[in-house]
Amino acid sequence: MIRTRGRRLPAARAYGVAAAFLVAAALASALVGAADLNPLDTLTALLDKIPFVHLPSGLSQLDRAVLFQIRLPRIVLGALVGGLLSVAGAGYQGVFRNPLVDSGMLGASAGAGLGATLAIVYLGSAGTAAVPVAAFAGSLAGVAIAYLSGAVGGSGTATLLLAGVAVGLFLTAVQTYVLQRSTQDLQQVYSWLLGSLSGATWQQAAEILPYSVVSVAVVLLHGRHLDVLSVGDEEARSLGLHPGRTRLIVVAACALAAASAVAVSGLIGFVGIVVPHVVRRLAGPSYRLVLPLSLLTGAGFLILADTLARTVVSPAELPIGVVTALVGSPVFVWILRSTAAVRT
Amino acid sequence: MSAIAIDDLAVDLDRVQILHAVSCSVPSGGWLALIGPNGAGKTTLLRAVAGLLPHRGSIRIDHTDLGQLRGRGRARLIAYVPQIPVLPPDLTVEEYVLLGRTPHLGYLGSPGRSDRAKAADASRRLDVTRFARRRLGSLSGGERQRVRLARALAQEPRVLLLDEPTSDLDLGHQQQVLELVDDLRRSQGVTVVCTLHDLTQASQYAGHLVLLHEGKVEAAGAPAAVLTEDLIARVYAARVTVSADASGHPVVTPVRERPPAATRSAVPRPPGGRLPGG
Repeated sequence: MIRTRGRRLPAARAYGVAAAFLVAAALASALVGAADLNPLDTLTALLDKIPFVHLPSGLSQLDRAVLFQIRLPRIVLGALVGGLLSVAGAGYQGVFRNPLVDSGMLGASAGAGLGATLAIVYLGSAGTAAVPVAAFAGSLAGVAIAYLSGAVGGSGTATLLLAGVAVGLFLTAVQTYVLQRSTQDLQQVYSWLLGSLSGATWQQAAEILPYSVVSVAVVLLHGRHLDVLSVGDEEARSLGLHPGRTRLIVVAACALAAASAVAVSGLIGFVGIVVPHVVRRLAGPSYRLVLPLSLLTGAGFLILADTLARTVVSPAELPIGVVTALVGSPVFVWILRSTAAVRT
Repeated sequence: MSAIAIDDLAVDLDRVQILHAVSCSVPSGGWLALIGPNGAGKTTLLRAVAGLLPHRGSIRIDHTDLGQLRGRGRARLIAYVPQIPVLPPDLTVEEYVLLGRTPHLGYLGSPGRSDRAKAADASRRLDVTRFARRRLGSLSGGERQRVRLARALAQEPRVLLLDEPTSDLDLGHQQQVLELVDDLRRSQGVTVVCTLHDLTQASQYAGHLVLLHEGKVEAAGAPAAVLTEDLIARVYAARVTVSADASGHPVVTPVRERPPAATRSAVPRPPGGRLPGG
């Protein structure tokens, strides 16, 4: 049978753990890297930025530049991307009542991949600058096509997911076709596909911030609705909810979140599926908790993954998508096994 | 005053007409049991009253046409417990019962202290407080049914719709659940409409029966008027006798005309011989 009591963390403690994880990940990332910054001076330089706190720091002008213009924007961007992907994954999982759904589903990743490929292949030197916009637009277009193809009449969530798979395969086929006709762009496209935060700037973070705030806010505000949806469409309707409308709103917000992340980072898999699961294991299935905790934990997880990506084979970098999968999968399996509900 | 008045109701599912010109009513605080063979349209009628199916004709709840009620407004009047409700296995009983407060919350609202108090009160009435923190996946059949009723009660409805509330329960738990529903009806003035397969239970608990057959009302009224041997034989193609229990409710007993085969196999087989008449 099944264990009778979930060993859940109380909500307040779960928030504490997730927030501490995020802060620890950010600090660790700020202190580690190719340039050897003095840890104490780095900390005082960071604390000095807090309003009304004035601390002398021994960091040189160059070290300050490394910290504030290279590491910090990368940490902030990583946190944004990780949080966005995790919230989008959790939101999709709630909407589709399916724990295997990821932020790249519904044609989102395939659309972004096609958009980026088209920009790199056909826009020449202007292409690199256009990749974020093209990926963003492609991701949203992929979801829109999948949604319009799948949401016919009163059809259920399975139809929508299957339409997403079909649209994804179609877009990937187009991308492959475009790519095999211009193999000289292969490496550039491929390195984009594997995801990276190298070259992160404050400007990138500022560009996706408005989309991030809006999309995350909308998804978080629908946590309770996703809990109601978990009892099925018919019972949700008998409780006064409009399942179709809720699904449309949450899917649109999740698509915007995932597209914002993809635009600045390329395709980073695994985060959107692993993080919400870890959170569920610790805090239970209610989306009113799972969504905000996924935001914090996903941000911390991606900062850590990116820190590994830029340090393990330093001065070269690993694609962050490779790190999230290489590190994430064993951790995920370990968590699954160590907290598994013992079912027969 | 009738809480529910159904007039000339017709429902199509997948272009097949399931209900034809169904009319019936229940007084406020009454208990109506929908009976009839499999496929007669009982669940369809219940779902139509729950506002989950498009229909022709009229369904009025407390003099308001169902078609004029939307979403939360309807859900504040009517609670619906399907035959096989979805119970997310990792949700706790407490969280699940609290979902019953959904129709009373604003779009972006979240359950407050009074909502929690009402959910706790519903849990107390159905005696599920003891296992409030257990996961739904760990409950027994009887516990699950009580938890479903607690969620419906937390909704504070005027009308409670129950689809086969006693299916997959043993006899004792069946009676326990029906008594609980009757208590709720008496103490809260809730009007109950349910589908039931057990005709004797229908006669013992519901004051009004509607016998559906092939999507039409075959008979309606007090149990004694509906549960007749002839009618049951015709509609169910079943052989029964109808007697009365101590309080005068019809008791429907299945009858087997031929002697059952089991009694023959119980006769010791003669050594080396054939069974007589075998």
